[in-house]
Amino acid sequence: MRLALGIGRRLAATAALLLALSFLVFSLLYVAPGDVARNLLGTRPVSDESLAAVREKFGLDQPFLVQYWHWLSGALTGDLGDSVRSGSAVSAVLGQRVGLTLQLTVLAFVIALAVGIPAGVRAARRHGSAQDRTIVGLAVVGVAAPGFAVGLLLLYVFAVMLGWFPVYGTGESPLDRLWHLALPAVALAAGLAALVVKVTRTAVLRELESDYVTFARARGLRPRAVARLYLTNAAIPVLTSAGLLLAFLFGGTILVETTFSLPGLGSLLAESITFKDIPVVQAVTLVVAVAISLAGLVVDLLTLAVDPRVRRAGLT
Amino acid sequence: MSAVAVPLTRPRAAVRRLRALPGAVQGAWVVIGLLGVLVVAGPWIAPHALAQDVLLGVAPAGSPGHLLGTDALGRDVLALTVAGTRSALIGPLVIALGSMGLGLLLGAPAGYRGGLLDSLVGRWCDLVLALPPILLAIVVAGVIGGGYWVSVAVLMVLFSPSDTRMIRAAVLATRHRPYLEATRVLGLSGPRVLVRHVLPNIAPIALTNVFLDVAFALVAMSSLSYLGVGVAPGSADWGRQLSDGRDLLFTNPAASIVPGVMIIVAAVAANVIGDWLADRFGVGDEVRA
Repeated sequence: MRLALGIGRRLAATAALLLALSFLVFSLLYVAPGDVARNLLGTRPVSDESLAAVREKFGLDQPFLVQYWHWLSGALTGDLGDSVRSGSAVSAVLGQRVGLTLQLTVLAFVIALAVGIPAGVRAARRHGSAQDRTIVGLAVVGVAAPGFAVGLLLLYVFAVMLGWFPVYGTGESPLDRLWHLALPAVALAAGLAALVVKVTRTAVLRELESDYVTFARARGLRPRAVARLYLTNAAIPVLTSAGLLLAFLFGGTILVETTFSLPGLGSLLAESITFKDIPVVQAVTLVVAVAISLAGLVVDLLTLAVDPRVRRAGLT
Repeated sequence: MSAVAVPLTRPRAAVRRLRALPGAVQGAWVVIGLLGVLVVAGPWIAPHALAQDVLLGVAPAGSPGHLLGTDALGRDVLALTVAGTRSALIGPLVIALGSMGLGLLLGAPAGYRGGLLDSLVGRWCDLVLALPPILLAIVVAGVIGGGYWVSVAVLMVLFSPSDTRMIRAAVLATRHRPYLEATRVLGLSGPRVLVRHVLPNIAPIALTNVFLDVAFALVAMSSLSYLGVGVAPGSADWGRQLSDGRDLLFTNPAASIVPGVMIIVAAVAANVIGDWLADRFGVGDEVRA
């Protein structure tokens, strides 16, 4: 009962957060300097009739909250308005771009986990050793260095100097696509892997210092069995940091896609900002907000399934 | 904090203290010091950084008179990078101090008083932290438009929730210490207790986070200018240089590599010092995106 209540509260909190965020995203239209109708028509010269038509079409003479309601109900049914720049439906524009971003972020995520988790565990096990210091040092650089700067260095060394990877383009066949996405994915994964190392190392260190590990060792359990104990427990903080990792991924992909001229959601956002294409900016922001909130929700529910302590406390 | 404050007045002691530090931290202080010199003396070192030489165009590194070559407009890359230090560092410093100021202003009363104020502040933080700060900064600063200081103000507001949370937690942790209970018994006013008795005790945490904020703000500001938000075209700025120089990777790679390395080095230095302060003051190592 308490559990169901906890889950219900968590769902309600996510819904409330999304509602508040959608309100802020909608307000972007009014934060932009200049007349709203003119902004929606873009930079081309406009007549008074077309301005009036736009006001009529978007209901701009209606109260703010009514407009918000129209926009929100449209967004919920997949109608995100029209792009100012191209005139086509925003949902169609998003549809063209979302695939590449998904491939890039998933690839970067896999690389970051495959490198970050083993490195973090290793650093914690050899706490204080030269190896630990090297890994931590690399992680500090990785966390601090922005993806676009790392991307540019990779681009120069591996594409321009060595010529191992393409400088731009997205590739035709799946294998070709992987080859084209390799450098951007590594650039994106560098910071992510560093975060994973930090979180994993801290979590494993905390478990290694706890009494049950000392006891299990004293009891003569085989190292492999002890490792299974503490690694399972250390997995929980790593799992709960997934929201943070996703936020990092979505933030980084804007810069990395721009650096490598990849046509994804991130570069779409960057271009739309340059062109003041506010409906597209709103849509991308909303999509990212929904993705991150839902991911947070899934992580919390997973934690619930994995950790009996959280289950008993009834979700925080 | 004495290790930082004292050296300014006594150079000998400064060197002695610096040499006692771990290698990475030594290096970080040296980098920060050098960058500080460039911020102050930049205009004297590179007075003609923005001078264009369109006839020359792109010259590779090592060209006569241009150690690191020139960019597409014929501007000297070395001079431009030196001049860009100001734009790269002053904004982030202002962001870090301002966001910590906001954090103290909101977080300390929230942690001390609790109640409605606390939950309002808490919700506000949840809302801002629900999206990646870089994305929010790009969207808000990009849509509002305006120059460098608009971006600084936007980032200040967007960075403040994590400082607010940090300060709130720190105040909450000191709330039940005996010396604070004593102030309540004495009947001292809330603001007075906060400023005179709580603040000095959370100062180390605040200082640590100012350094970490500088590192994040540096990356955020250069990301914004890389995307063309917040910096006027033609001004000296590392992020701007990077995006302008991207097309010159084949002709003069230094035009984008040098500012890129500068961004990384400066951000790493600020991070190393932040981490070191966190260790020193026993502040929890919070991981941020």
